[in-house]
Amino acid sequence: MKYLAQDPTLANFGHDVWWLVLIKVVAVFALLLVLTLFTIMYERKVVARMAVRPGPNQVGPNGWLQSLMDGMKLPFKEEIIPITADKVVYFLAPVIAGTCAFITFAVIPFGPMVSIFGHRTPLQLTDVPVAVLVILAATSMSVYGIVLSGWASGSTYPLLGGLRSSAQMISYEVAMGLSIVAVFMTAGTMSTSGIVHAQAGGAQANWDIFGWHPQAPSWYAIVTLPSFVIYAISAVGETNRAPFDLPEAESELVGGYLTEYSSFKFAMFYLAEYIAMINVSAVGATLFLGGWRVPWPLSLIDHGVLNHSWFGLIWFLGKVLIFLFGFIWLRATLPRLRYDQFMRLGWKVLLPANLVWILILAGIKTTQRTPTGNTRWFVIAGVVVVALIAVFLWPEKKGPEAPSTEQLEEQLAQLPEGSFPLPPLDLQVPPSPRLQRLTGQREPATVGGGTDEKEN
Amino acid sequence: MSGYLGSYATLGLLIVVGALVFVGAFSANRLLSPSAPNPAPDKYRNYECGLDPVGGDWAQAQIRYYLYAFLYVLFAVESVFLFPWAVIYDRPEFGASAVVEMGIFVAVLALGLLYAWRKRVLRWT
Repeated sequence: MKYLAQDPTLANFGHDVWWLVLIKVVAVFALLLVLTLFTIMYERKVVARMAVRPGPNQVGPNGWLQSLMDGMKLPFKEEIIPITADKVVYFLAPVIAGTCAFITFAVIPFGPMVSIFGHRTPLQLTDVPVAVLVILAATSMSVYGIVLSGWASGSTYPLLGGLRSSAQMISYEVAMGLSIVAVFMTAGTMSTSGIVHAQAGGAQANWDIFGWHPQAPSWYAIVTLPSFVIYAISAVGETNRAPFDLPEAESELVGGYLTEYSSFKFAMFYLAEYIAMINVSAVGATLFLGGWRVPWPLSLIDHGVLNHSWFGLIWFLGKVLIFLFGFIWLRATLPRLRYDQFMRLGWKVLLPANLVWILILAGIKTTQRTPTGNTRWFVIAGVVVVALIAVFLWPEKKGPEAPSTEQLEEQLAQLPEGSFPLPPLDLQVPPSPRLQRLTGQREPATVGGGTDEKEN
Repeated sequence: MSGYLGSYATLGLLIVVGALVFVGAFSANRLLSPSAPNPAPDKYRNYECGLDPVGGDWAQAQIRYYLYAFLYVLFAVESVFLFPWAVIYDRPEFGASAVVEMGIFVAVLALGLLYAWRKRVLRWT
């Protein structure tokens, strides 16, 4: 038995009965709220395990209700709005941040066509020909929530945090948007359900191993690997997560843009932040990891029976959780970057690499189509020659020369009395006390007979 | 909810429901939070960093944020032109010229980035 024609196309959307649309809207909200509560606990548990400590374990079974209790507590708290705050904008900012966070999931496909109460409908709220653009627009809009909250607080650190955050988000949004271009080029569509459909299966090779025609990999994470790497990095930057969590660098900016927020509005920002994380994971899973489709070895079972109807939800959520685990792992492992290093990475590494990769991919795809073999080889040879010339003629960078000992001593003499003690100028590292103890405990070995003092 | 704009209407519905949820949540918050809180002096001053705030509520920000916003506009517009091109560039009626033209367009914009780079706009300190 084959399960064909279950992929929704754009023609399948926009025909739902009104109560079905309402059910889907409520389901999206419920799913996002539950996923947020779960992700907070997931993060705390995993980070605790990586740091070899128990983590939250008091509220509910094994502490799994902790984030629910935290969320329940916040609306009961008194709200303190600082006098310097701009009241209207101060109120609007969390609403913008929260609402924009929910939009993305409207166009995320959770699965193929299913039947709900007898209606055949795609397991996706809605889809439009420019669905990915809608996602990018929603993430751009959420920058407003952050920059306005920083501005409206009427306080120094939130203002700086909001500015930093907006600069960071727009920088990484450029890299993110350009990394998705390669997906459009390969899939030939911008609708999310179309992109998932395009990742259904690679073309079969025209050579064989003992009669077996291997299939080309179909996930865009493999087909357009550089794009996936750039997407993953910029997703972390876009969501202000460690190691790029500079807007919330506690030692520099207190709490960042939400320092002056309290009670439910604080919860709103917290919610928006975690939903943003879930959003980029879901978008990554959809665009690069095959969406709701079952991963490769399992997809061979009975002509893809595991892709059928509600099974899609399992694979989709599994992929999202794997993505989220990556976020948490990064937070537990990497220290925070400095702001200038971070911006340099975005503008000087990710962006140029992205542009070059798009052009290379376009070139490859065009040469593959060209019927005459000669032109193709000429083009490839030309590109290689240009690249080699560029590599050899690239001017070498001269670093600043190290200051001499005399210069350093002169500098030292100019310091006022009672300055902070400096390390020795020759920069000799003092021997480690641990090393001394180890060598002190060791006794010299007595080898052979000879003249040994202990025998006397 | 049918026709071409039906899908967009669903999106609009989601935004409306989202705004309604938040309005409801904020009113619930107003009902649930303490109605007669402690009127301590200085309670409504800025928290800032926990100490008494020094100076006004404004900080001078680097002009670089502004320049980055400009660069963002440059590349956001570039992406807007790249996206539709990326969807249809490999249709047979376009051929290699579509790729070459987009290469020239990207190169012109990359020149803008290169200019900013040489002018040391991208260097933070």
